[in-house]
Amino acid sequence: MTAAPVLASFGGAFEFIFTPQTSNVTGGKGVGGLDQVIELTLNQLEITLLALALALVIALPAGLFFGHRGTGEFIALGLGNAGRAVPELALIALMAAVIGIGLLNLTVALAILGIPPILTNTFVGIRQVDRASVEAARGLGMTELEIVRKVEAPMAIPSIFTGIRTATINIVATATIAPLAGVATLGEFILGENVYGPDGVLAGAILVALLALALEFSLAGLQRLLTSKGLKLRPA
Amino acid sequence: MRFDKTRLGMALAMLAALALAIGVSACGSSDDSSDSTASEGGEGGAAIVSNPENAKVSLTIGSKNFPEQEILGEIYTQALAAAGYKAKSDLSLGSETVAHKAVQSGAISGYPEYASTALTSFFGLEPEEVPSDGNEAWEKANEEFEKEGLVAFEPTPFASANAVGTLKKTAEKYGLEDVSDLEGVSEKLSLYGSPECRQRIDCLAGLEELYGLKFKSFHPVDISLRYTVLEKGQADLSILFTTDPQLSAEKDKFVILEDDKHVFPAGNIIFVSTPKVVEKAGPDYEKTIVEVQKGLTLPVMQELDARVELEKQTPKEAAAAYLKSAGYTG
Repeated sequence: MTAAPVLASFGGAFEFIFTPQTSNVTGGKGVGGLDQVIELTLNQLEITLLALALALVIALPAGLFFGHRGTGEFIALGLGNAGRAVPELALIALMAAVIGIGLLNLTVALAILGIPPILTNTFVGIRQVDRASVEAARGLGMTELEIVRKVEAPMAIPSIFTGIRTATINIVATATIAPLAGVATLGEFILGENVYGPDGVLAGAILVALLALALEFSLAGLQRLLTSKGLKLRPA
Repeated sequence: MRFDKTRLGMALAMLAALALAIGVSACGSSDDSSDSTASEGGEGGAAIVSNPENAKVSLTIGSKNFPEQEILGEIYTQALAAAGYKAKSDLSLGSETVAHKAVQSGAISGYPEYASTALTSFFGLEPEEVPSDGNEAWEKANEEFEKEGLVAFEPTPFASANAVGTLKKTAEKYGLEDVSDLEGVSEKLSLYGSPECRQRIDCLAGLEELYGLKFKSFHPVDISLRYTVLEKGQADLSILFTTDPQLSAEKDKFVILEDDKHVFPAGNIIFVSTPKVVEKAGPDYEKTIVEVQKGLTLPVMQELDARVELEKQTPKEAAAAYLKSAGYTG
């Protein structure tokens, strides 16, 4: 396969992103273009952030709790690993039958997808905190909650953030198929090849990848801000 | 190092669970035991004769990605196998664009397409321009197919179309019989359809432009959920197919509105293939396909759809039952 047709398809995809294209099936109305791209991207971002927030609210405290106590390893790690095996489409279908279609259904389904990495990485991160530091803190008279807040969590930031970043990427990637369950995201371009054409499909894929990268970089930046100086100097 | 009995116990339990999981999934594949009760094919078709000449020809029959298509794909595959071909199926390829490309590239020998879909989606006709006569539509589509080096066989007796459907009580509440009756009412109603419905002139775009309707909202959902959203009360209106079994099986629950402005063209199935395959496969190829689909009237197709969508049979089983009871296979 030569380079020329590949590059040509990218050209078509970029055109699709910026200017509306004609399509056989729309009776003359244009498809694609920046307005539609922005709308769908914002939808995808919205549902990603909502699902991530829900996953954080559930998994972060659980991970901190079990990690600090040192119990529930089977749940934290086992659930984490088993959760990765859940097929997203089946989960969405199950939610559709139980909760119904739409934003709530999808937020819950995507949050379920995001919980395992956060839970596992938080748990492991806390467990790996230097026990001497924890004992010293206890000796100083800190309460258990203070120990988690001031000693364990800050030292586990790298691991916790790895979990959050993994969860975010999983969620944003899966949010692409949200149009099958009532929420219009960039997946519209990929699922509706009859309407948007092969240029649209490729454009959709490119946009999802860009969105994922943008989120990844943002979270990496946030992680650097939150990681204490001492940890940054520590040799890997 | 202590020999940890609990560790061993857990490991054995894990292995047992894994073995069970593998065993269950292996047993999960269905066995072909279908009891054919109601009539699946009215007329007695001529039994397909196996021609040894055909054994050297391999055919791959494709289909689009919903049950009615898969049933048709299976019917053709099994019929061609009965005629002596080395026929295999490659179902659920995707939407019409994907299937179209597959037959053009030679990845499949052929697949069943709706004449209306071919005319609007491939050849850019407006929905009102699609001939309502099945044979006319076939001829028009065939003309266009020949220009791209493809060929389409004669149409099936049944035709299928998109339709605006709703719960019977919704229709009674607002006095809806035709789609035009939605004027003035549609602003309060939500419409659910496949993701591409929003932009298609033979779907939402057509309802907006040609009927002048504005809906309260449109939500994209997977085709398989088109009745679920109505039942769950989330959708006021949903895009259905006229061949859907739910329409006859649950006719006091669901109704479709009459398409008085012809935005949803009806399409008979025409089998699309290439002249190259037709030549290589010999006369039995087209003959078998055209013969075996003669029994597919609207009630028969609905019955087959019912078996797969409501009774959860596989397309393979439903197709086999059809061929047998219609007399094509022994």
